[in-house]
Amino acid sequence: MEEIQEQIGHMPRIGEPAPAFEAVTTHGKLKLEDFKGSWLILFSHPADFTPVCTTEFIAFSEIYPELQKRGVELLGLSVDSVSSHIAWVRNVEEKMGVKIPFPIIADLSKEVSLAYGMIHPGQSKTETVRCVFIIDPNQVIRTILYYPLTTGRNMDEILRIIDALQTTDKNAVATPANWRPGDKVVVPPPNTQEMAEERLKQGYECTDWYLCKKKL
Amino acid sequence: MACISPDGKPTESGSKMLSALKAEAKTPKEIAKEAVLPLFRVRSGLRELAEAGLAKQKDDKYELSEKGAKLIK
Repeated sequence: MEEIQEQIGHMPRIGEPAPAFEAVTTHGKLKLEDFKGSWLILFSHPADFTPVCTTEFIAFSEIYPELQKRGVELLGLSVDSVSSHIAWVRNVEEKMGVKIPFPIIADLSKEVSLAYGMIHPGQSKTETVRCVFIIDPNQVIRTILYYPLTTGRNMDEILRIIDALQTTDKNAVATPANWRPGDKVVVPPPNTQEMAEERLKQGYECTDWYLCKKKL
Repeated sequence: MACISPDGKPTESGSKMLSALKAEAKTPKEIAKEAVLPLFRVRSGLRELAEAGLAKQKDDKYELSEKGAKLIK
C-alpha cells in the first residue's frame, strides 16, 4: 500500500496541463499530443470482462455520435493487455451487438494510470477506479470525475459537462445548477461597485447584483 | 502497429493514408479528411508510416517516399 501511495505522487488537477503519455492502445501507439485540437475524454475502467464496465462501454459507444458532433474524442484505459482489450471488444460486439468505436489504452505498466491518479489503493491496488478526465483542445484538464468501482457512470452528465464547458468557453459565462443547453446562463459577477450598479441596468434577469442570468 | 501489419504491409487504414498522399504532400488534417479517418489516428499512423520508410515528413506536410510510392502503384 505504501509503495503504491509513493508511486501516485502528484494528482492532476483542473486547470493544469494534462500529463503527456505515449501508450499502446487497441488503435495502435497513441500520444496525448495526437488529440491536440480536439476535446478528449480520457476514462479508466477497473477491468475488461466485468459487468459494470461492459455496461459503461456500451453507454459510451451510444453517446459517441453525440460526442463526435461536439468535436470530442474518447479514450478508454485499464490495467489490462491489448489482447484482453481486443478479446473484450470483440465479445461485446458478438454478444451485445455493439461495436466499440474508440481506442483503449493497455496500461500494463500503470504508467498512465499513475500519472493521472487513477489508482486509489483504498479501492484497489491493482485496478483503476472509474475516472473521467475532460481535456480541452489545448490539452488542459477541465473536469475530473471519480466514481467508485461499484457505481457506473452517468453519460447524460458527461455530455452535459461537455455542453457546459463549450458554452462557457464560447460565451464567457457560467452555467447554473442543473443547467441544460437552451437554459439561461449566469453572467459573471461584477468586480467593482460601478460594474455592480451598471449590471442592474443591462437588461439581465437579476435576482440581485451578484446573481444575473441571460438567454444566449 | 495500426498502419503496418506484422508482415510489413500497410493495413487498410495505412493504405488509405498512403493513397491520400498519391497526388501531393498533405498535412495530417488534409489526410484525415481525404481518408475519412480521425485526426488522432492519422497523426499516429503517419509516425508509423514514416518509421517504416513509406512516408516522409517535410515541414508540416507528409509525402510518399520512393518505397511508399512503389507500394501503392
